[in-house]
Amino acid sequence: MENIGALAILLAFCLSLYAIVGSIAGKLKSRPFLVRSAERAVYAVWFLLTLASGILVNALLTSDFRFAYVASRSNRDMPGVYKFAAWWGGQEGSLLLWTWILSCYAAVVVWQNRKKFRDMMPYVTATLMVTQAFFLLLITFPLSPFQVLAIGKEVTAAPDGSGLNPLLQYWAMAIHPPTLYLGYVGFIVPFAFAMGSLITRQPGDAWIHTTRRWALVTWLFQSCGVLLGAGWAYAVLGWGGYWGWDPVENASILPWITGTAFLHSVMMQEKKGMMKVWNIVLISATFFLCIFGTMLTRSGIVSSVHAFAQSPIGKYFTIFLALHIAATIWLILDRLDYLKSESQLESVVSRESSFLFNNLLLLASCFAVLWGTLFPVISEAVTGEKISVDAPFFNRVNVPIGLFLLFLTGVGPLIAWRRSSLDSLKRAFLWPAAVGVVTVAALAALGVRHFYALMSFGLCAFVTSTIVAEFGKGAWTIRAKTRMNMARAMVELTHRNTRRYGGYIVHMAIVVMFIGFSGAAFNQDKTIEVKPGDRFRLGRYELRVKDLKQGETPNYRWGNVVLDIYTDNEFLGALQPEKRFYKVSRDQSSEVAIRRRLNEDLYVNFSGVAEDGRAVIQAYVFPLVSWIWVGFATLFFGTLICLVPSKVRLQFPKTKVVGVVTQDARVSR
Amino acid sequence: MKRYAKFGILIVVIIGTLVWLAVGGINESKTYYKTVAELEQMGNDAYEKRLRVAGDVEKGSIQRKGREVRFMLRQEKELLEVVYDNIEPLPDTFRDGAQAVCDGKLARSGVFNATKIQAKCASKYEAKPGQNPAVQKSGV
Repeated sequence: MENIGALAILLAFCLSLYAIVGSIAGKLKSRPFLVRSAERAVYAVWFLLTLASGILVNALLTSDFRFAYVASRSNRDMPGVYKFAAWWGGQEGSLLLWTWILSCYAAVVVWQNRKKFRDMMPYVTATLMVTQAFFLLLITFPLSPFQVLAIGKEVTAAPDGSGLNPLLQYWAMAIHPPTLYLGYVGFIVPFAFAMGSLITRQPGDAWIHTTRRWALVTWLFQSCGVLLGAGWAYAVLGWGGYWGWDPVENASILPWITGTAFLHSVMMQEKKGMMKVWNIVLISATFFLCIFGTMLTRSGIVSSVHAFAQSPIGKYFTIFLALHIAATIWLILDRLDYLKSESQLESVVSRESSFLFNNLLLLASCFAVLWGTLFPVISEAVTGEKISVDAPFFNRVNVPIGLFLLFLTGVGPLIAWRRSSLDSLKRAFLWPAAVGVVTVAALAALGVRHFYALMSFGLCAFVTSTIVAEFGKGAWTIRAKTRMNMARAMVELTHRNTRRYGGYIVHMAIVVMFIGFSGAAFNQDKTIEVKPGDRFRLGRYELRVKDLKQGETPNYRWGNVVLDIYTDNEFLGALQPEKRFYKVSRDQSSEVAIRRRLNEDLYVNFSGVAEDGRAVIQAYVFPLVSWIWVGFATLFFGTLICLVPSKVRLQFPKTKVVGVVTQDARVSR
Repeated sequence: MKRYAKFGILIVVIIGTLVWLAVGGINESKTYYKTVAELEQMGNDAYEKRLRVAGDVEKGSIQRKGREVRFMLRQEKELLEVVYDNIEPLPDTFRDGAQAVCDGKLARSGVFNATKIQAKCASKYEAKPGQNPAVQKSGV
């Protein structure tokens, strides 16, 4: 089996090379059958990689410990789900997953466009296959997932595997990597179309229209991947943090930032014919950051807690990235003439300008994160001393950027294209601004003194009122015309222009998340040594230690603390944080206990037993943290709405405002 | 050109502020990677800068008292005493023999006050290329 698997990968590698050569040669020499055969090669690559993945997964599920990969990532007693998840639990397997996802995407793209874009499709195929070939190269030669254990020349099986790290045996962790990969890999599709469009010197923005859904779905996967990772860190790592600016976390947020910038700035191209070069640059940057992110995670060039140790693939990635970036830059510079802007910026106070600053800030944030992540590498190259920067650096730069972006979230959608008069500004923003100011004043009066938290809550109130006003105005007009009730009118409104109102829902999700982030300004914590019968206070809670227990399962030994939670002598429930000690791997793991509520989470970690036999407990109160996960759900929902086709196809000349509905609203006032 | 001048000024102001914040952030949190042997040669500098030291946790040296944890960090032949006392609990991977990365400051007494510790078990995550933990374990 292992031979078939390895052979399938080798064959897929050859076929992907053939697809590159075949499609380009077929296009240049006008031989449609060559182009066709290249497309069939794409399907064949998909088939072969599916076969290879199937073999690996089968080996994992049946605990075939002849495979080195299986022996080091799995063991007999592990639940089936995690045996399957071990597919992406290690280096070779996760590269195989990456490659397989790419082959799926490529096959779908080729299939969807088998009758469309005959002109640029060969180049799209070739672009996709260049990356495909690169990843196949990695798993064919340096990092084959199909290595077997052997003594001398004889293949042997290990008696049992060493198991997946217990930290990774958690539901969100099982789906976090594939979700993130679906995002990472997906950005290649808009990139490939951008390249195809550049190479064939197409004017217009066909590549943007045809890949809008791809970009959105990919962005959604990326968002889910990042947030699942955050949720996992919160629930598993024991200190209640969800974001630590670790290099690998940064690697996942970088393409998300540029992807977000891209989703916004394409609107400028679609509506105004501006920022054409910029959009190509953005999608290319996003794609390269995806590859870069994979490289950071997989090569260990920057030390990280996610720590896949040093591996030889860093230099492969560096060469691939360097060549690819150089080629892309050359191509963009060569085709600049086809990317002329059709209109100009007119005023600082305009929709165009808000897009511009949105992009500027997102890019600044991306650059800062990249800079901070690579600081050890850069400083070593420049000064010879390896220096790293930590959370304070990232927070100082990104918190103000985040707040400014939040502000633009409220301003952007309402401000007029081209230029805004003072009068229209007043009409649109007087009330929302007032709501924001009142919120800040009220919170300040209640004793909130944290500057950024105050700003954040104020801006959240401001943005929320602009969004509510937009929905309200639109729905009111529909209600007046059709006599629907208000709720029905809201649905109708959203359905008429899903892209716009779905976008508002996503904006609302971001607001909700910001409320959650701001809660961190009021975290409380306490570390204490206790024995049964002790009680201690944290915030408004009283925690009474009821019992210390110990026990054993076949897999691990455990100890836990039973705590009863009271507020003002009212019993709220019990929490049982646990510590596990796995017998085979000798790993420890902490199972924290969390009482999740919308207003605040009570979070208790049992960090061990002190020498005198008392339990060391760490207890935290995290206000508003749940809002982040609520925001996550809202974001998911809003993005899905964006993907639903609009009921009314809005036809508008390029320089006109999108919202027919609000114009009606304005007339009706 | 007045229009573009306005944009220009705004952009310069924004970027300028961010750069100013970034420089502050870097100065506040920059941490120098040093080996234990290098610490001794640094002289007075060693007590002022934030440092990052990596090594293995010496077997049997971990002592816990409340949330304070003391242990010896070994890097080749050098040993360094480390004290950790912070709200974040130590990672589960921190134990005898684990590889640990400690961020913090060196006190005049020669004890290293760590504010952040990352740890990984050498065998667990990923073996160095060419050596497989399962093979070692099964005694092959």
